[in-house]
Amino acid sequence: MSMNAQQPADRGADLAEDLEPTAHLIAEKADTTASQQEKAHRPISRGRLVWRRLKGKPNFYIGGAIVLAIVAFALFGDLFNIYTQGQQDSFNFNSPPSAQHYFGTDAIGVDLYASMTSALRTSLLIGFLAAPTATLVAAIMGSLAGYLGGPFEMFTNWLINLLLVLPVFYVLMIVSPAIADPSNLPGAIQWLGFMPAWGLLVIAIGLFSWMIMAQIVKNQTKSLKEREYVKAARYMGVSTPTILRRHIIPNVASLLIIDGALGVAGAILAETSLSFFGLGIQAPDVSLGTLLQDGTGAAVSRPWLFVIPASFLIALLTGVALVGDALRDAIDPTSEVNRA
Amino acid sequence: MTQYILRRFVNYLVLTVIATVFSYIAASLFFYPRRRYLGINPPIPEESVDGILSAYGVNDKDPVLLRTWWWIERIIFEPLSQKLGQDLQGNWVINEIVGRAGTSLRLLLLGALLAALLGVTLGVWGAVRQYKASDQIVSYASFILISTPTFVGGVILMILATNFNQLLGFQMIRFTGSYTPGITGFFPQLWDGFVHLLLPTIALMLFGAAGYSRYQRSLMLDVLGSDFIRTARAKGATRNHALVKHGVRVALIPMSTYLAYSFGTLVAGSAFLEIIFSWEGMGKYGIVAVQTSDVNALAGNVCFTAILLLFSSTLSEVLYAALDPRVRV
Amino acid sequence: MPEPLLQVKDLTVTFPNAKGGVRAVRGVDYSVGEGEFLGIVGESGSGKSVSSLAVMGLLPSSAKITGDITFRGESLLGMSDRALSKLRGREMAMIFQDPLSALTPVYTVGQQIVEALTLHDKNVPQRSAEKRAVELLKIVGIPAAERRVKAFPHEFSGGMRQRAMIAIAIANDPALIVADEPTTALDVTIQAQILEVLQKAKEVTGAAVVLITHDLGVVAGNVDRVAVMYAGKLVEKGPVEEVFHSPRMPYTMGLLRSVPNMLTAGKERLVPLEGRPPNLANLPVGCPFADRCPAAQDRCRTTEPELLADLRDGREVACHRSDEIAAGTLKPSDIFPRPPHEERAVKDSTGLQPVVKAQDLIRHFPLYKGAVFRRVVGRVKAVDGVDFEVLPGETLGLVGESGSGKSTTALEIMELVSPQRGSLEVTGKDVGTLSRAERLAMRQDVQIVFQDPMAAVDPRMPVGDIIAEPLTVHGVPRAERDRRVVEMLELVGLDPEMTDRYPHEFSGGQRQRIGIARSLITNPKVLVLDEPVSALDVSVQAGVVNLLEDLRDRMGLSYLFVAHDLAIVREIADKIAVMYLGRIVEYGPVQEVYETPRHPYTRALMSAVPVPDPTIERARRRILLTGDLPSPTEDIPGCNFASRCPLFRMLDETRQAQCLGDDPAATVHGKSKVACHHVDEIHRLDDADISALSPIPGD
Repeated sequence: MSMNAQQPADRGADLAEDLEPTAHLIAEKADTTASQQEKAHRPISRGRLVWRRLKGKPNFYIGGAIVLAIVAFALFGDLFNIYTQGQQDSFNFNSPPSAQHYFGTDAIGVDLYASMTSALRTSLLIGFLAAPTATLVAAIMGSLAGYLGGPFEMFTNWLINLLLVLPVFYVLMIVSPAIADPSNLPGAIQWLGFMPAWGLLVIAIGLFSWMIMAQIVKNQTKSLKEREYVKAARYMGVSTPTILRRHIIPNVASLLIIDGALGVAGAILAETSLSFFGLGIQAPDVSLGTLLQDGTGAAVSRPWLFVIPASFLIALLTGVALVGDALRDAIDPTSEVNRA
Repeated sequence: MTQYILRRFVNYLVLTVIATVFSYIAASLFFYPRRRYLGINPPIPEESVDGILSAYGVNDKDPVLLRTWWWIERIIFEPLSQKLGQDLQGNWVINEIVGRAGTSLRLLLLGALLAALLGVTLGVWGAVRQYKASDQIVSYASFILISTPTFVGGVILMILATNFNQLLGFQMIRFTGSYTPGITGFFPQLWDGFVHLLLPTIALMLFGAAGYSRYQRSLMLDVLGSDFIRTARAKGATRNHALVKHGVRVALIPMSTYLAYSFGTLVAGSAFLEIIFSWEGMGKYGIVAVQTSDVNALAGNVCFTAILLLFSSTLSEVLYAALDPRVRV
Repeated sequence: MPEPLLQVKDLTVTFPNAKGGVRAVRGVDYSVGEGEFLGIVGESGSGKSVSSLAVMGLLPSSAKITGDITFRGESLLGMSDRALSKLRGREMAMIFQDPLSALTPVYTVGQQIVEALTLHDKNVPQRSAEKRAVELLKIVGIPAAERRVKAFPHEFSGGMRQRAMIAIAIANDPALIVADEPTTALDVTIQAQILEVLQKAKEVTGAAVVLITHDLGVVAGNVDRVAVMYAGKLVEKGPVEEVFHSPRMPYTMGLLRSVPNMLTAGKERLVPLEGRPPNLANLPVGCPFADRCPAAQDRCRTTEPELLADLRDGREVACHRSDEIAAGTLKPSDIFPRPPHEERAVKDSTGLQPVVKAQDLIRHFPLYKGAVFRRVVGRVKAVDGVDFEVLPGETLGLVGESGSGKSTTALEIMELVSPQRGSLEVTGKDVGTLSRAERLAMRQDVQIVFQDPMAAVDPRMPVGDIIAEPLTVHGVPRAERDRRVVEMLELVGLDPEMTDRYPHEFSGGQRQRIGIARSLITNPKVLVLDEPVSALDVSVQAGVVNLLEDLRDRMGLSYLFVAHDLAIVREIADKIAVMYLGRIVEYGPVQEVYETPRHPYTRALMSAVPVPDPTIERARRRILLTGDLPSPTEDIPGCNFASRCPLFRMLDETRQAQCLGDDPAATVHGKSKVACHHVDEIHRLDDADISALSPIPGD
């Protein structure tokens, strides 16, 4: 459109003539160009720039350390424990944390430490699989809706708006009987029955939590579509799939990375909530949600049964949120994409 | 202006209908109420089970779309109290909703209101004091609070309250159920209601406020560097005056949309709290409906929630239009 | 000499970063007397805005400021925000560049003016403050002020918003007004209006004005004294005539010689000022301009010259060789010699097949309303029936203000599909009849260069891939593509070794060259250039314009050159089409149209363009247009320029009726086509007095 084509001649470029929030960014940019001149032939890719900024964020280290420690515990924690998940120690019912049972035992002598490693593996697995699934769906739906416009965009808009009146958790609740017992799968998708419960949870969470992100990707795509290099590609005769692959997706990738990271927390939270209310992972399998459910009744009398899984859950989610936040700051969609 | 709001309302109304019908169909597909009557000794003859299920309109032998049609027909033609059919306990769903709505709304509305107020205040305050210690503390606290599911937060508050009561030597904070049966008199009842409301409201408020404060903070940070703040200061307003009169006012605009989007999360969070605190509210009704494969009860629940969200979304549109002259047509 | 109103001494501003900081301002001294009009000129990143924000105390708290700023003898640095706030708005006011973002969107214009009053006088009654707001709006020439005072900023056009900003600035009769690029975001005709309003504001309040701008033309016509800023320092200062006529700092000379001048364009070539300003985070020792200065000596690279008043003639220069320059032994023409100008022969165009031919081309956009149930509520008539042709080897300049439809016209050609109405022929073929394969093949012949060098290239692709992209469509093998990329880089004057670099490592001018290289790689016959230089700094513009001229003549290219800058169009184009509201109002050979403009809009447009020469600029008479561009959704039965036409207001009733009732068709006058009923009356504009502040009839 030519309506506001005319730009002020030295728009935005005035070094350090922006204000507060961007001042440090500009200083940083100037910094980058400075070092570029020093080592002439080493182009600094965007990835490296993001990485460099990420390294300056304390949240990234704190969050990263928490997540890594919990993942390591889930994977290797069993090496330091003689009990396996579900194994009962009939001499130690309701034992508080001790040298023998690091995290104590429950009313039937099940070792909480062993349950925790197993539960964390399940929850982490779901989190780290469901979030990318949702992000993928969001990327496809959002970029297509944004680039194609028309009826497909209308359809996507309706789906996204449905979310406004139907909380995602209700949708997950409705499909939860199939997760608890795959025989409840309706006829058409009965073949998914081979999946373990966590697999079905991954699918359910992945399929129903992409909407907000798709909305953001869609808007971003629409603005990218108006970018001159995308128009230029179109005028060169580059085909739509190639434009999406070459110009659109790489340019929304940073948003998707952030969403993927933050989505992990959302997915774990969704799994935990479902399982907590007996709608997700079922005994004898354990997840953070089932452990919390078991621990709630004993929260006052035998606090370790509740406090330990609760602390792990909160720590894990906080860690993921901190990493996601640091990523967002480093990639900085508002200052980089919109103000560029 | 009124026309605009009205149009949005109709738009949401259509969405509400779609959402409710959609969840009825989905629930019919995924729920298997017949299981309740299987494996019982002595076995109930299949015809009797069919009879019971058909009476509720949830017989899986009838095609899903046909059942959906019957359900819609009932909504259109039956008297008000019977519109949403019966739950598997034999109660009219509408009656259940009417009986439980007050309990749920009390917690939800109060919690949401306090969460919004606290969240906005903290967000603005944090942004103005960006990078100072107090901002950092609020930031980390809200990260932890966002990461604490309401059902975990509720239980933690219960543990704390128990210890507090032990310290006092008497049950000052009561947190089981939404009221203590048997209390008479207006003021005792009011106080009792307040005491019971305390913990779940705090839990909901903290959870909601954590999210709102992060969002409000980032909105405020965007606004801090904007040209109109600079103009206001160039006119002679002090930094703080400019931030409050011009900054906050503009930063509140996107918040009104965010409130609508996040209200669903609060509804779910408050449902969890109802169960933790053993309140007989809509949340509990919903989760029990899923646990017992009660299609009608669940559809009623979704319908209630959707109407609630319909009003909250419309309210946020009104708020948006009130805050931003650019959308007033 | 009386004490100056504002005195800035050795001002430095540093934005801290990991490596010590960006020194945006490095020791600036200047003073402004009561009622004086000072201009500060500089390119992007020169620190001109930062230094003025420092004066107002509006820099972010992270900025480290040293030196001294005194206002009426009172030191401003170190004053508390509260104390400064008492001065700001009352004694010193500021006008900002972008009037849309500078006004708070949620308060009415009136409320914002009233606030400026009540902040400094708590006792002023609301009613009288409101009355004063209406008065102020009247002073700055806003029609129907009583009604408009209740409007929100988004209901104002850009020009009206800037008027409102000025109203706010003069509300308390300040002694100093700082105007930071006040017209940069506006069209030339609006710019001319705003500059007049600024002059009037100065008269009304008697305030001193500091005008910060990158536009030498704006400075030339308005200020008394001018200061030139480069890399955070003032490099030359003096009375505006002297600085413009006998610059003493090579940077000033380069700048003046690189600026296109509407009066001389097309007769002599622009002088490019090579290189780019130094990085303020990493300044070289010595004179920061030394790298770009053809007259640099060894001492320039070792010691930085101070701004000195050597000759005691009221001028200050920061150059080691200023004595030679002042003595006349080192002349501007020695330092920046003009490249030889080749007169473009007026070719015999008869019988030539046009490469682009548009007939009655229209492009309307439906206007939607409603998010869910979308419905069409109107049409934006972006392009509303234009005819033009581009001949081989020829450049057609398409000029107009924003909203005139010139860019839409250009993009419409790039689509290569049947227009909504009318016809479009490219290289002799009607694009409506093309098959898919033919259309794809034709895309090689028609390429585009965009305005914004930041947005025109994908930031994530290496330069080699960017330039080769058009070839990927046509199945050219990799080795051939690489060979062509190297060729193209050399052609546009970039280092062929740079193929694996990313766009962010290049300056704006270099990126624009990358865009040009990409457009040329398919050996096109015609290039559509959509504002190719308007986002670049003046010193860089000249290089790109010269490159485009050379390429055209060397490769026999045809250009459709879309621009709002009339001087540049005169420089490069053979023919010109002036667009207004989706129509071409005047179309003809450049020389003829510039020398004898026949349409009142063309006249007004040309008189609004400032010329970077204070003597000429002050002697020129302006034809100022009233009001703003009407909405392109409006249905106007008659001439769509009538509402703003200066000629219309001088006509008798029958002639006016003709304008209002009858849409003028283009008629031939000389070698031009003009869409005006009253071409024979155009001389009446020569002796009329038209001001932006006179009320619009009927409003």
